[in-house]
Amino acid sequence: MHGSEVRMRQQFETGDNDQRKILRFDGVERLAHWVNAAFFTALILTALPLYFGQVEALVGRRALIAEIHTWTGIILPVPLLISMSGSWGKRFRADLGRFGLWNRSELKWLRSIGRDLFVQSDKFNPGQKLNALFIGSSIVVMFGTGFILRWFNFFPLDWRTGATFVHDVLAFAIVVAILGHIFFALTHREALRSIFTGYVSRSWAAQHARRWLAEETHGSIED
Amino acid sequence: MPQDEGTPGQTVRIGRRVFLGMAGLGALGVLFGSRVQGAVGSAIGTGLGGLLPGGDRFRIYSITGTFPSISPDAYRLSVSGLVERPMTLTLDQLMALPSAKLVKDFQCVTGWRVPEVHWEGVRLGDILDLAGVTGKAAAVEFDSYDGVDTESLTLSQAHLSDVIVAYRMLGGPISVSHGGPVRLYVAPMYGYKSLKWLSEIRVVEKPTLGFWEVNGYPVDAWIGSANAPTI
Repeated sequence: MHGSEVRMRQQFETGDNDQRKILRFDGVERLAHWVNAAFFTALILTALPLYFGQVEALVGRRALIAEIHTWTGIILPVPLLISMSGSWGKRFRADLGRFGLWNRSELKWLRSIGRDLFVQSDKFNPGQKLNALFIGSSIVVMFGTGFILRWFNFFPLDWRTGATFVHDVLAFAIVVAILGHIFFALTHREALRSIFTGYVSRSWAAQHARRWLAEETHGSIED
Repeated sequence: MPQDEGTPGQTVRIGRRVFLGMAGLGALGVLFGSRVQGAVGSAIGTGLGGLLPGGDRFRIYSITGTFPSISPDAYRLSVSGLVERPMTLTLDQLMALPSAKLVKDFQCVTGWRVPEVHWEGVRLGDILDLAGVTGKAAAVEFDSYDGVDTESLTLSQAHLSDVIVAYRMLGGPISVSHGGPVRLYVAPMYGYKSLKWLSEIRVVEKPTLGFWEVNGYPVDAWIGSANAPTI
């Protein structure tokens, strides 16, 4: 082992200022993220006049906006499904797998409702995992309830009223989650940069995603 | 999957559980949401309840790009067609007629429902009696000041006691977005029958398809029973 490598490993051990980059999100993941973000933005913007009478008063043309909203929602899963399939989606699939995989310290964090901060962080911290699971699941629920609202003829009136209720309540929860997501992104600049450039520094990973860094570097040291 | 849980110090796959949990909650909400939305609405309170979800709030529909803005002074309601005495009523003349007050839900065909809305107006049947419907008449058509929306009822539906030409709702004059100054309120039918910005009541021989019926909604829009287009 060369002296420089030893020094670098020591830096890693101490979480020192190691600026070498490692790939956090590949191009497919970044594209999937931003396309998905654009779809969610379009859905939220078109939802405003559908839900708030004051906005509808300014915009009008409810039928057209409802149509745009409906078809945006129907198409939304397509880029996600394409991104997670095929050989190009390997990293995306691996990250999706991580979202659902929790160790004890993460589960403890969950049970303490976020107060137990002693977490050995994976590539994503438990809050990020929870957010991803929530948004991912909510796509399915919003899709189903949205379908009932649009093609109501096929469903009893009680279901339509219930679907309206679920679609509304979940929409608010999604907006809260997204605002939280944006807040944390803006207050964590290096993590934010990685959804544009794909890369984070090793020192960042040592601080925020130690378990993942260990996985990644064990691989590279073997090389 | 579950077998992972028993292994100490190992990871647990909770992704599927979170997904199934949310899908299950969603399904329960669809099945029983209509029963809890009122409770949720009142738990949230009246102040914020206007903005936060509970399901029990008005969605404002407009067919055209803008709402027709008619001042109460300029408002006119014409009653025409197969009647002995065609008339044009001002808002004051309308309000001088015997009034009917209703406290009834507003139920949209797509599902949303606003419970116990206060309505006030004149029974459509009273207006028709005043104008004197002639022998051949069997239906009533309605036009809107938005220039596009139309509706119709059979003569017997029009004479139901909870079908009114409304000039007050939600405890005040009807706002522009709710179809003011005067709209129709057809309590036993889905909301699209309650035409907004009512401009004309025309008595005819047989009902014609209104705007929403041309777009596939049932003509006889009885709440709870009408699901598919009937024509």
